[in-house]
Amino acid sequence: MAQGPDPASGARGNLPPLSLHVPEPNFRPGDPVDYSFLDIPPAGALPRPDETCPATETAPLCSGMVRVLGDDHLATGPWDPKLDPETLRRMLRAMALTRAFDDRMYRGQRQGKTSFYMKCTGEEATSIASTFAIAADDMVFPSYRQQGVLIARGYPLVEMINQIYSNKADKLKGRQLPIMYSCRDHNFFTISGNLATQYPQAVGWAMASAIKGDSRIATAWVGEGSSAEGDFHAAMTFAAVYNAPCVLNVVNNQWAISSFSGFAGAERSTFANRAVGYGIAGIRVDGNDALAVYAATRWAANRARANGGPTLIEHFTYRAEGHSTSDDPSAYRSAQERDEWPLGDPIMRLKRHLIALGEWSVEQHRAMDAELVDLVKAATKEAEKNGILGHGLHHPFHTMFEDVYKELPWHLEEQAEQAIRERQIKWPEWKPE
Amino acid sequence: MTEAAPKTEASGRRLNMIEAINEALHVMMARDPDVVVFGEDVGYFGGVFRATVGLQKAFGKHRVFDTPINECGIIGAAVGMGAYGLRPVPEIQFADYIYPGLDQLISEAARLRYRSAGEFIAPITVRSPFGGGIFGGQTHSQSPEALFTHVAGLKTVIPCTPYDAKGLLISAIEDDDPVIFFEPKRIYNGPFSGYYDKPVEPWARHEGSEVPEGYYTVPLGKARIVQEGEAMSVIAYGTMIHVAQAVCREKGIDAEIIDLRTLVPLDIDTVEKSVKKTGKCLIIHEATRTGGFGGELSALVQERCFYHLEAPIERVTGFDTPYPHSLEWAYFPGPVRIGEAVDRLMKA
Repeated sequence: MAQGPDPASGARGNLPPLSLHVPEPNFRPGDPVDYSFLDIPPAGALPRPDETCPATETAPLCSGMVRVLGDDHLATGPWDPKLDPETLRRMLRAMALTRAFDDRMYRGQRQGKTSFYMKCTGEEATSIASTFAIAADDMVFPSYRQQGVLIARGYPLVEMINQIYSNKADKLKGRQLPIMYSCRDHNFFTISGNLATQYPQAVGWAMASAIKGDSRIATAWVGEGSSAEGDFHAAMTFAAVYNAPCVLNVVNNQWAISSFSGFAGAERSTFANRAVGYGIAGIRVDGNDALAVYAATRWAANRARANGGPTLIEHFTYRAEGHSTSDDPSAYRSAQERDEWPLGDPIMRLKRHLIALGEWSVEQHRAMDAELVDLVKAATKEAEKNGILGHGLHHPFHTMFEDVYKELPWHLEEQAEQAIRERQIKWPEWKPE
Repeated sequence: MTEAAPKTEASGRRLNMIEAINEALHVMMARDPDVVVFGEDVGYFGGVFRATVGLQKAFGKHRVFDTPINECGIIGAAVGMGAYGLRPVPEIQFADYIYPGLDQLISEAARLRYRSAGEFIAPITVRSPFGGGIFGGQTHSQSPEALFTHVAGLKTVIPCTPYDAKGLLISAIEDDDPVIFFEPKRIYNGPFSGYYDKPVEPWARHEGSEVPEGYYTVPLGKARIVQEGEAMSVIAYGTMIHVAQAVCREKGIDAEIIDLRTLVPLDIDTVEKSVKKTGKCLIIHEATRTGGFGGELSALVQERCFYHLEAPIERVTGFDTPYPHSLEWAYFPGPVRIGEAVDRLMKA
């Protein structure tokens, strides 16, 4: 038998050498894809505990998966939110609009109208159904792939495109990377490029709401990859300690750029199971099932609003496209993954559900898609009047130095003068705006 | 807390620096219901240096509370609270512990206003004791102010008397930008001449301990001329003001001593005017030398006063080592190190 070192004699024993485990995804480019290893329970299989239940009662929900839409495209089980057809159609429309918007913006980047774009294809249900399940004045602390929240809240597409183009009408004055929106009047926090920082901030916002005896809650978004950040765990600790009224979402889309979810710990546990260790409620939900996402979020929001504390929701989904316009996923994963994804496409599933209910048709859907393409096209044209990136129609030069502080200190005033002088040397005809 | 303030022979109300800070917090919590105070051990107990004593009793545990030992969480939650509309005043127990919160300070608090074009701000004041001289070893003695002065969007404030501590802290809390408020813990209980082997002086005999009751402010971004003089300009802040004063007094040097009080935004006019008058410049800080704020000051003085300088700018700092425990006083830029620099300037 293998023996370890003997402390008394100092003998080293005969154990084989240690070896480091480096996770490896199941499929690489060219590999055939077989998802049979995934344990996906049928729709309606999991119980729905009362919203005020002890957090421990949600443990089975953390390792299972809440699903509502069955293979027959009908809603089933205790998590069926029983939404009226009109709400379902509005949700479907927001999801389809998000996809049409993504397609257009992606092409715009390829045409050189901006530097960067990120689509959320395949993940539309996570942000949109979740937004339908909370109040308009609940505060959202997004990561970078939650454009669906803004679209679901009716934020004007033109404003989004102005930001993406960093043009003269961009409310953020051309300072932020495209898609890093900030929309205070839509209760949408400024997106950071630093990952997971919004998590403890959301908890702090929720604590403030509780301090003030408010009724609003906060929601936060993070990818499964950045759930490895310390900020995630700081947020979980604070949320648990102060029973903060918040919904903490982890979008498990399987990939963090080229690193599969195993590099965030997915080989060992589900992400929802993190909730168990912190003693807060958790739910793992089929992220491509808009009804399940709605139901889980509604449950968590009701719980938070009733002083029941935070809930961690893992949205199990798939990033159907590259991380961003700067990424080519064919370099690291099998193209078959998307086709074989066992949870399907969220828009198709909701569409089929509405059709199965007799509340929608293929023709209606086709007409809606065509209308949405036109809608996005019109908004794009409108935004392009304000300029595209790098074509001069940006904000006045001096704004580069503003908002670092509330008031401009002397050293920034000096530096602004320097920048303006440099510009005048290069383009003598240029006049400061 | 204020009842316990030492009353001595001098006229006026005398407070030590901790009492003055505590009073500033009481004043601001009473004036503004959005001010909240939190941090490790600050609640029921009142803080390891007692700066938050009595606050929880006076304002309730919803506004004054203990936190998990997680500086990232403390600052991150403060940013979220600020976005909600509160005015958080978190305490980081020692400046040495602030590093886990740096991303939240540098990438978040300092950037919110800019990246959201003013939609969201971080009106946060992070209080933290800093500096050595209390045998705190390398993890309870550091002076990391230059890490923060390097960050666009942060203000860095350091008081050197109880009067300034209260007035500056009130200004910092009212300020809509994030402020790093470093408290020189060596002088919490009394000004420090740098002679660690002499008996500790109480604040009560120092004019800077006369602290009015109630609300008053000392503006951020405004230096104070501690003493006027002609022989040289001494630029410093925090504990080193008192050491510099002792050295100049002892050597009979008619130095002009400037307490910066705020490092960013810097009161460059006061510095420039003084150096142009005296023609000599001595910069002192306790922090490590390389990349320290003294380098920035030296560059600014050189850029603005070069043709008035009669001698090379002198820079006295801590050494570029961690703060040692047993050799703390060998590290500290005390009277000998400062005295040498003063002598060089006087001979020039």
